Amino acid sequence: MRNALKPIAIVAALVMSHGTAVAQSTADDIAKYREMIADGNPSELFEMEGEELWKTPRGPMKATLEKCDLGMGPGVVKGASARMPRFFKDTGRVQDLESRLLTCMQTLQGIDPKLVIDGKFNSGERKTMAALVAYVVTHSKGDKVRVDMTNPQMKELYALGERAFYYRTGPMDFSCATCHGEDGKRIRLQDLPNLTKHEGAAAGWGSWPAYRVSNSQFWTMQHRLNDCFRQQRTAEPIYASDVTIALSVYMAAKANGGEVMTPGLKR
Amino acid sequence: MANPMRIRASAKDGVTEVRVLMSHVMETGQRKDASGALIPAHFITELTAKHNDKVVLSAQFGPSVSTNPYLAFKFKGGAKGDKVTVGWTDNKGESRADEVQIS
Repeated sequence: MRNALKPIAIVAALVMSHGTAVAQSTADDIAKYREMIADGNPSELFEMEGEELWKTPRGPMKATLEKCDLGMGPGVVKGASARMPRFFKDTGRVQDLESRLLTCMQTLQGIDPKLVIDGKFNSGERKTMAALVAYVVTHSKGDKVRVDMTNPQMKELYALGERAFYYRTGPMDFSCATCHGEDGKRIRLQDLPNLTKHEGAAAGWGSWPAYRVSNSQFWTMQHRLNDCFRQQRTAEPIYASDVTIALSVYMAAKANGGEVMTPGLKR
Repeated sequence: MANPMRIRASAKDGVTEVRVLMSHVMETGQRKDASGALIPAHFITELTAKHNDKVVLSAQFGPSVSTNPYLAFKFKGGAKGDKVTVGWTDNKGESRADEVQIS
């Protein structure tokens, strides 16, 4: 009896160790893959396009965005996105990078924000927006996430963002927290960050906007959030609406102090 | 007019490493759009890299190469300040060449 049981125990042990080895090597291989392609992150192509767009006179007012104030003074791009979303006195509200760029495009260039808000991703003014975002976020790479959570409006949006994060909706009764509220969750082979904790939020918030290798597109945070809603099978949020900014505030606040790795590189 | 490439070239111990990021759709000709119509093939067919005026690499590309291709290679020789030129031609006859100084 004792002899008969022994091999089974050994087999069980082998199976278990084999299982973890596979899981580890998959995560390792993805990390290796990211490292390999990080050298030639095609975000750079979007960044180059964005830089040119930033300096090109456009719109009815034929102006450039070089006087756009992203919160660090007119025209200052360096470190700007690491401190966003933030409260802007001139508009009297909290804005994320994209809603702020909309303000600049409207006030400086006379471009109607509706062209972006009602537009489609990867085309027209939304495509322009993506390139501009790529340009701006590249200049915060290596910085630390530093959003000012002492501002009362930021606190208000954080509370709204938290509610939205846990709000279950759609035919599958999903919330953001369903996938992003626990450690060790994954979709297919991709590890999902736990956005309710600092480490996870820093990893997630810190590496978006990003270039997606699988579809050769550069995705802004608005695009990323829009797709999260789509995966929830619920109604798409309005571009640059308060709820999208609130979710950004929630993630950025959790990520505060983490490293900015934008533009990221995703599969 | 095709979008610019990003080229980096650095010399170390008599070997120059060149890294090129190209902006190209690299459409295979096999894909269909939302209405079911074939998207015409559009991809880089030839690529040439020169060190000053000497060809150090010539390559034939095809539809299996990804969108926005990345290419890295090394060649012997090359000194700081030398010129590296990379140029491509695609199946529609469009071309693009960019130049960089070795750092």
